[in-house]
Amino acid sequence: MSLRVGLVCPYAWDVPGGVRSHVADLAVTLRGRGHSVNVLAPVEEDSVLPDWVTDGGRPVAVPYNGSVARLSFGVKATRRVRAWIREGDFDIVHIHEPLAPSLSVLTCWSARGPLVATWHSSHDRSRVLSAGYYVAQTAMEKLRGSIAVSEEARRTLIGHVGGDAVLIPNGVRVKDFAPESHDRQRRREVLFLGRIEEPRKGLSVLVDALPAILQQVPDLVVNVAGPGDIDDVRKELPAEVASAVRFLGAVTDERKQELLREVQVYVAPHTGGESFGIVLVEAMAAGSCVVASDIPAFRHVLEDGGSGRLFTAKDPKALADAVLSVLADDAARRALVSRGFPRAAQYDWDTVIDDVLAVYESVRVEGETVSEDLRGQALGRFAVRPSFARSRRNGEDS
Amino acid sequence: MSWWWVVAAVVAIALFGLYLSMTAGRLDALHKRIDTSRLSLDAQLLRRSSVALELATSGVLDPAGAIVVAEAARHARTAADEDSSATDRADAETALTQALSVTLDAEEVAEVRSAPGGSELLAELAASAQRVQLSRRFLNDAVRACAQLRRQRLVTTFRLAGHTAWPNPVEFDDSVPAALATPSS
Repeated sequence: MSLRVGLVCPYAWDVPGGVRSHVADLAVTLRGRGHSVNVLAPVEEDSVLPDWVTDGGRPVAVPYNGSVARLSFGVKATRRVRAWIREGDFDIVHIHEPLAPSLSVLTCWSARGPLVATWHSSHDRSRVLSAGYYVAQTAMEKLRGSIAVSEEARRTLIGHVGGDAVLIPNGVRVKDFAPESHDRQRRREVLFLGRIEEPRKGLSVLVDALPAILQQVPDLVVNVAGPGDIDDVRKELPAEVASAVRFLGAVTDERKQELLREVQVYVAPHTGGESFGIVLVEAMAAGSCVVASDIPAFRHVLEDGGSGRLFTAKDPKALADAVLSVLADDAARRALVSRGFPRAAQYDWDTVIDDVLAVYESVRVEGETVSEDLRGQALGRFAVRPSFARSRRNGEDS
Repeated sequence: MSWWWVVAAVVAIALFGLYLSMTAGRLDALHKRIDTSRLSLDAQLLRRSSVALELATSGVLDPAGAIVVAEAARHARTAADEDSSATDRADAETALTQALSVTLDAEEVAEVRSAPGGSELLAELAASAQRVQLSRRFLNDAVRACAQLRRQRLVTTFRLAGHTAWPNPVEFDDSVPAALATPSS
C-alpha cells in the first residue's frame, strides 16, 4: 500500500546537520519504496530544492539546544504549515524533534490525525520546561506514536516529558560506503575518527598504545581525522610515535567514506557515553576491520566480537594487542570484515525503514488522513475564517 | 471605580472559561486518540490471528503444532466479538502469543521456511506481531496521558470528561516468538 507521507524538519534544509540528513535519507528511502513524500523545512531564500521539499519559510539563527540553530517560526511560518497540511492530504505526518521551536512544534499544534514523531537529541529537564510545559504537554498529547533514535533520547522523553517511545536507530546508507576494492589492496593503516580533544572519544588510549604497536609494525601510519586543535594534541605526543601519526583535521562525509574504504583497520577507543556507534556500522559497511572498546553499545553492534575485535575499554595494552592481532593475521582480519558486511546491512536504511513503516501502520486506521486542527486553540476558535482565507492566498503566492 | 472590578472579573471569568474549553478540547482529542488506537490494535490483532490461522491450515506446520495454533487463533477471533469481556480477550490473545512461541521454536521455523510459501507466511506473522506490539504500546501511552489529565482537579471539579468511561490500559503478552524476532533489535 502506498502512503502519502509528510515529513517535518525543524532545521534549515540547506545547512548540513544530523537531523536534516536523517530526514533526507528517510525521504529518499520511503520514495524508493513507492510512497509519496513531501518534506517541510526552513529554506534559505535562493536555494534550489528537489520537488519533494516544501519551503517552510526563511530560517533565522537562534541559540537553541547548546548551539545556534536555524529555525522558522512566527505567523508566516504557521500559515505555511497550515497550508502544507491542507494541501498535502497526508496519510501520516512524521515530525522530527517535535519540541523544537520551529516548524515541528507548529505542526504539532496545527495538525490532527495520524501524527508520529522522532526524538533525536536529549534535552535536560529545564530546557524542556522552558519550552513551556503547557505547550509541550499539548503537543505531546497529539502524537500517536513516538520513535527515539537512541536509548539516551528515549530516556529523556520518558523521564522529562512523559510518554513512551519505540527505539529505532538511525539508518546507514550502506551503499554509500560499499568498497570497490578487496582487503588486500588496502593501505596498511589505522584510522581514528572523532573530535580529537574529547576524552570520551579515547584518542589518548590509542596514543598510549602506539609505542607497543609501532615496535611490531614500525611503518604503520595512524590517521587521525576529526575536528579539534591539532597543535595542542601533537605537542603531547611522545617523540617516537609523532612521525607515525597523520592529522587530517575535520573531514567531510565523502572523505570519511574514502578513508574507511582505504584503510585496513578502524579503531574506536571510546571510553563510554556512546549510545549507539553508527560509525562502527559505517566502517563495517566500508569493509574496514573494526577494533573497538568493549562498551555496551559497541559490544552490541559488533555482536560480542563476532564482526569486529573488542578490547577492554581504557586499556592501551589491550588495544595494542587487538590491533596487532588483526594486522598480523590476514585471514582473521578478512573473516571479521566479511562478517561485518551482513551486520552492517541490518542497519541499512532499507531495513530500518521496515520498522518505521510498522510504526506508521500501527498508529493509523485505514482511510484516515491528517487534517488541520482548529480545536483547543484560542485563535482557532474565534478568528478562524478570516485568517484561513488569507493563509490560502499566501500559500499560493509563495 | 467599582466598575473596574466588574471588568476585571468578567475578563478573568472569560479567560478561565477559555482555559476550561481548551482543556476540554485536549481531553476530547485524547479520547479520540484512544479510540483510534483501539481500532488500530483491533485491526492488527485480527491480522495476526488470520495469519496464524492461515499458517496452521496451510500444512507447513507439524500437525500437533497446527492444531494448537489453529485452536488459539480461532479462540482469539471469537473473543474479539463485542459481547466478550476485555479480560477474556486479553487472555485469548495471550494464549495465542504463547501458542505461537511454543510452536515456532528455532527448528520449526527453519522447517517452515524451507516449505513452499512458508517464509512469506512467517514474514507476515512476524510483521503482524510487531505491529500488535507497537499498537498496544501506543494505545497504552495514550491511556496514560489521558488518565493523567483526567486526574487533574480542574477536570474532576468541572466534570470536563463528561460520561466517558475511565480509560484502561490493555495488558496481554504480545511478545514476538523469539525465533521470528529480527536480529538487529
